[in-house]
Amino acid sequence: MNTLRSSDKRRVTRIRHFLSMSVVIAISLLSGCMMMAQAPRDLDYARTRLSQGARYRATIRPEGDSIPRGRLQQWTLHLETASGAPVDSAVITIDGGMPQHGHGLPTKPRVTRALGHGDHLVEGLKFNMGGWWIVRFRINSATGADSLVFNLKL
Amino acid sequence: MLRIATRNITHSIMALVCAIAAAHATESRSTGWSAEDRRTLRSLSLASLGPLANDPSNGVANDDRAAALGQALFFDTRLSGNGKVSCASCHTPAKEFQDAKPLAEGMGTTVRRTMPIAGTAHSAWQFWDGRADSQWEQALGPLESAVEHGGSRTQYAHEIATRYKRAYTEVFGPLPKLDGLPRTAGPIADTAALHAWQHIPASRQEDISRVYANIGKAIAAFERRIEFTPSRFDRYVDAELAGRAHSPESSLSRDETDGLHLFIGKAQCVNCHNGPRFTDDHFHNTGIPQSSTPLPFDSGRAAGAHKAVAGEFSCTSRYSDATPGDCAELRFAVTEGEELIRAFKTPSLRNVASRAPYMHAGQLATLAQVVSHYDRAPVAPAGHSELRALRLSPTERRQIEAFLGTLSSPVLVRPL
Repeated sequence: MNTLRSSDKRRVTRIRHFLSMSVVIAISLLSGCMMMAQAPRDLDYARTRLSQGARYRATIRPEGDSIPRGRLQQWTLHLETASGAPVDSAVITIDGGMPQHGHGLPTKPRVTRALGHGDHLVEGLKFNMGGWWIVRFRINSATGADSLVFNLKL
Repeated sequence: MLRIATRNITHSIMALVCAIAAAHATESRSTGWSAEDRRTLRSLSLASLGPLANDPSNGVANDDRAAALGQALFFDTRLSGNGKVSCASCHTPAKEFQDAKPLAEGMGTTVRRTMPIAGTAHSAWQFWDGRADSQWEQALGPLESAVEHGGSRTQYAHEIATRYKRAYTEVFGPLPKLDGLPRTAGPIADTAALHAWQHIPASRQEDISRVYANIGKAIAAFERRIEFTPSRFDRYVDAELAGRAHSPESSLSRDETDGLHLFIGKAQCVNCHNGPRFTDDHFHNTGIPQSSTPLPFDSGRAAGAHKAVAGEFSCTSRYSDATPGDCAELRFAVTEGEELIRAFKTPSLRNVASRAPYMHAGQLATLAQVVSHYDRAPVAPAGHSELRALRLSPTERRQIEAFLGTLSSPVLVRPL
């Protein structure tokens, strides 16, 4: 190979470039449609999250391991300060939706009861489609106003 | 030499890339379903439809005597203002309990397409706009509509007392006294009937309305028995998931299989048409055009949600058998917002191929037009369409249509 002329080297370089582009295009064509329908790969689906302003840590506890589609459900939301003190008295509102589809939740879920020890009953949750959903809790308490966003995969 | 060698290498690698691409396409297009595809197929199969949940608002929903009474009422043309209209006039059993007309026709012409009945007992919301939260509340709407049955509450109570007293009493207990009540009276558009209704004491009005509600509950007990049967698609999925060889009854053609791939993939139909009934039971603005027939503006769910919450016969009403805790769909319903404007209920796609015309006012005459509409994603006449253009090829549109034809199967009325 050390004996290659410079014109041959340029040709090999062009071929390498062409081949790498071909592979990229081929992979893109194969996966293009799926990319439209799938959530970003680096989403964090953890059920315990720190709030955006780092004031609260919250854990969602759905009824089972998997979140069902098309059925009303109740969750328990456990809420504590970032330092771990349970938060029982807070105004909590909920919204969310499917970012890729641009629509909100199909229902209007609410926190209906404080269960004590930082636990809150969330009723009226429903997810009518498969895919990536977000559920946002906006929290206002003596600790301050902050919000948490949970990613869900159905 | 080098030029020939590099050309050979180039051709070899390109051939390899093409071979990988072809293999990938072949796997996903003919025999191979990915693990996620298989989960989706399972979720769409009728075998995944669980048992019908109780309707806590209807205490006689599962009572065979109520279903027998409801069946008789369903076909009774005397439950109408002109003696010619029954539920079956629009919900015709021979046509899968719909009428194949763009707009339903009773004593007059309505502003919406008749919806089929099979499987609707599984749904939280009835009507295109979901203004009823149970089958029994749904059944009561057309009975008092001037352009449908065109009758009134006292008329129906008198009919029950005259011809169904024994069957009614067995299910619901004694009828109230109807002595002296006008033949025609009710909270309806007819001025004379409304005037007569307003002169009936409130306690007697409630007695009559309870008989009226019970008529709906009996009809719902019958309608709960109208079910889907497995289609060729269901048999295909069952065999595919079990790893069995396909029989002629469980085979899909290449076009149908490709259409199924598109349905759950690129065309994203499955977003809304999901689950074993192929509906998410929710409401969407998909930019359906205005009807060519001049009709008043139809805001869909935007008005339907308010009507559902205020419904005289809703789950939380005095005529419901539910406790307030049973009525969660109503408690947590979305009643405001842009998304509700001109949003209509996702219909089931089972038997869709034999159910033209399509959409809430029969705006689209053929299934090909429906697929084309979703492909083009036109701007909504009001509100915002959720659709995005799919850019399907003519072949792909034809394949989706072919797949939809595999969802046809007879509708069954579970025998009493």
